[in-house]
Amino acid sequence: MKIGTLKETFEGEQRVALTPESALQLKKLGHECIIEKGAGLASGFNDAEYKSAGVTIAPTAAAVAKASDVITKVRPPNTTEVKRLSTSQTLISFFYPSSNGALMELACARSASIIAMDMVPRISRAQKMDALSSMANIAGYRAVIEASNNFGRFFTGQVTAAGKVPPAKVLIVGAGVAGLAAIGTSTSLGAITYAFDVRPEVAEQVESMGAEFVFLDFADEQADGAATGGYAPVSSPEFAAAQLKKFREIAPEIDIVITTALIPNREAPELWTQDMVASMKPGSVIIDLAAEKGGNCKLTIADKRIVTDNGVIIIGYTDFPSRMAAQASTLYANNIRHMISDLTPEKDGLVKHDMEDDVIRGATVTHEGEITFPPPPPKVQAIAAQPKEASNVKTAEQIKAEEAANFTKATRQQYGLLAIGGAIMLLIGAYAPASFMQHFIVFALACFVGFQVIWGVAHALHTPLMAVTNAISGIVVVGALLQIGSGSFLVWLLAGISVLIATINIVGGFMVTRRMLAMFQKS
Amino acid sequence: MLSIGITSAAYIASAVLFILSLGGLSNQESAKRAVWYGIAGMALAMFATVFGPGVGNYILIALMVAIGSFLGVAVAKRVEMTDMPQLVAALHSFVGLAAVFIGLNAEFELATVRQLIQSDSDLTDLTGFGKKLAAKDAVEIAILKVEVFLGVFIGAVTFTGSIVAFGKLAGKLDGKPFKLPGGHALNAIALLACILLGIWYTSGSGVWTMIAVLIISGFIGWHLIMGIGGADMPVVVSMLNSYSGWAAAAIGFTLGNDLLIVVGALVGSSGAILSYIMCKAMNRNFVSVILGGFGGNKGPQMKVEGEQIAIEADGVATILNEADSVVIIPGYGMAVAQAQQSVSELVRKLRAQGKNVRFAIHPVAGRLPGHMNVLLAEARVPYDIVMEMDEINDDFPETDVAIVIGSNDIVNPAAQDDPNSPIAGMPVLECWKAKHVFVSKRGQGTGYSGIENPLFFKENTRMFYGDAKASLDKLLPMID
Repeated sequence: MKIGTLKETFEGEQRVALTPESALQLKKLGHECIIEKGAGLASGFNDAEYKSAGVTIAPTAAAVAKASDVITKVRPPNTTEVKRLSTSQTLISFFYPSSNGALMELACARSASIIAMDMVPRISRAQKMDALSSMANIAGYRAVIEASNNFGRFFTGQVTAAGKVPPAKVLIVGAGVAGLAAIGTSTSLGAITYAFDVRPEVAEQVESMGAEFVFLDFADEQADGAATGGYAPVSSPEFAAAQLKKFREIAPEIDIVITTALIPNREAPELWTQDMVASMKPGSVIIDLAAEKGGNCKLTIADKRIVTDNGVIIIGYTDFPSRMAAQASTLYANNIRHMISDLTPEKDGLVKHDMEDDVIRGATVTHEGEITFPPPPPKVQAIAAQPKEASNVKTAEQIKAEEAANFTKATRQQYGLLAIGGAIMLLIGAYAPASFMQHFIVFALACFVGFQVIWGVAHALHTPLMAVTNAISGIVVVGALLQIGSGSFLVWLLAGISVLIATINIVGGFMVTRRMLAMFQKS
Repeated sequence: MLSIGITSAAYIASAVLFILSLGGLSNQESAKRAVWYGIAGMALAMFATVFGPGVGNYILIALMVAIGSFLGVAVAKRVEMTDMPQLVAALHSFVGLAAVFIGLNAEFELATVRQLIQSDSDLTDLTGFGKKLAAKDAVEIAILKVEVFLGVFIGAVTFTGSIVAFGKLAGKLDGKPFKLPGGHALNAIALLACILLGIWYTSGSGVWTMIAVLIISGFIGWHLIMGIGGADMPVVVSMLNSYSGWAAAAIGFTLGNDLLIVVGALVGSSGAILSYIMCKAMNRNFVSVILGGFGGNKGPQMKVEGEQIAIEADGVATILNEADSVVIIPGYGMAVAQAQQSVSELVRKLRAQGKNVRFAIHPVAGRLPGHMNVLLAEARVPYDIVMEMDEINDDFPETDVAIVIGSNDIVNPAAQDDPNSPIAGMPVLECWKAKHVFVSKRGQGTGYSGIENPLFFKENTRMFYGDAKASLDKLLPMID
């Protein structure tokens, strides 16, 4: 199958949907790649590199479109590009079908198939082609870098000969993919990082990244994100109020705010109000990753860097991934490659557009002359909802009570065992002759000593323990030795054999134990 | 000739030495000393017995001890550490067989002595054991017979059971559970038959009853262990260990020898505790393990969602090179692939880079309690980085990479998440909490128990398919 990649036509877009590396991988799947001349230049891949990866270079976009079965690109296609599509051709790119209805109609009229990378359902199987996540990851990273670029101080605290530098305080609102990436970057630069999310279940992830989760004084349970496909749901008014109150409280201390809160198909919620901006110190930076959808801060202007009257810098760039074109292209091209490999399950270079497959069905917006958007809800839930178990976090009192209960239980058990044991002993003693009882005392005591001693054996030495007990159970040799002097031939023979095999046990057991123990060495 | 008093004193000393030798196993260093206590105790006991009262036939003894020692040395020198489970099982069978023989001998002697008494012959010629028998009254004789019965019964079960365990562990028998039609009912009938025969025997029937008990209990041992699958072998081997001890103790009662009783009781309780620990680690009770098979299905198992994502050696190497803390979880698969040397080499390289590398050992990893520890020790992995489950389970969230080599059920999150899983409630190593998990595994199949393992489908898990040794050898040159 031939896969063609177009040069991006959108103003300022630097990414490309195919890299030399992904081309090599696609070749392994039996595909042939074509790329428009100069398509990778902006992200640092020149035509020579593509050529050496076995990619054919086509002079114009039209030539690529003509020669390919599947066309890949990054941004949604423009009208011209859609018009070039023919029947049985497949286009893979970001598409945003809910806001690009006209283009969708057009593609449908030409009965081409369109796979929208932004519509890949968020289920674990589809993560490898989840381009939104890989772009969000880059955006999160870049947001911190951009903030640092505009922030006049160190992120990390230092004590230098010239004086003490306090660490920067960073607040990240929304702990999705972008938020988590930002947390990781920010903590590794040394800033004190706080993070907030309306889904309390992500607190653990946030803390595992080294940031501090900002908890609200709010009693009600928030609905978890699994029901809405891994995105945060809309908050209740009370919750939103509690949240704003908390933010207002901490705003004066925060040097850098990175907001990443988006709700699917809605305007971005306002989280950082004007009075919070006003209370921030001059030189503070706000990076609003939701700028495209109106911004989490209402002062944000999309694609612009502005400075407020009190000297707070607000950045509303919407092209963070494109600002790291080489990295973004590499990840996006890999997402595309995974999508193509799922489209050609037999690895024979033939497209099998399987509309039964949740992932492919979800991402397909037009297919065989029909508009297939919006897709039915996926059959599997995004993330298994795990209600936080109350028992996980035990208070000190509960632990104490539990210990006490366990102790009483153990005591009761011990009393019980002692009583039963005593009764059995009495029973035996009542009927058995004295000579037996003498031996029986020895036996009972030896069992008891055995139990006490063996509990102390290290788990690591259980195999040597078995070997050594093997060796000492060869003590039956003593029994055989006592019988070997008998006059009867049969007794003599059996006792002889017993001595023989018991000796094997003794010698073999001890030797092998010694061999094993000699191996255990301290570092 | 040593007097009875001196012999008894020697017995007391050797009993103390044996207890010290077991107690010394509480840590690796004192264990090295403790094994000498055991050897000294055994030498003392044998010496005291051989030169004690009532023993003859020194030439035969010397010959048998010489041959036995020679064979013992040969076996101990040659055995591979991966073959330890088989060796242990084989040695158990010897104890069982010896117990059977000694029990039968006691019966033969008893018959001879009673004949002498009935014919009013001179009893002063009798020595040692015979003399003791002659002095016994009717009740004591009855008790003696019960002891003989127990010795023969336990001995025979241990003997055939251990042989089957040996066959299964050595791969000479199919590891799958096998049962004759009738299953455990058959065992129950056989047990009942043994008890009936035992009652006949104590009430005066001849030696044939004991031979019959021998055969039937041999059958029980065979059938019981045949019905237990490969992964339950740790429990089986420790159970047989325990039986061999009880058999020795029963013989001790028969012969009226306290040293045998003490040692038998020590070994018996040691095996019992090991079985208990193993069962606890599998969250199953002893009876259900011995009766074989997993308990009935409690409902539909949780469906596993996602896919197993494969990774190549270079991917593993990249992440390992960047990791700070690594935990390796070995299982039976490592022993099968003989990969312990490669694992050790990997650990050496990673530690040379200053990484924190540790091992996490589940109590039932492998086919013998503590099997993994011995294998790692053989490959020169220092024991202070080999941790028990309880020591390391809380550290996984702070671990960068967990490497699972040839283990499956012991790292199955379904044990915690899915109340319907057959292994629900079993303590497991929570390796999925680490940032990355690599699973070295032959293929996509489920493990011994046939339970799907959701770990393999987790987002942070990558499957490193292939033979454990081959995979690790491929990985090694890439670690720098």
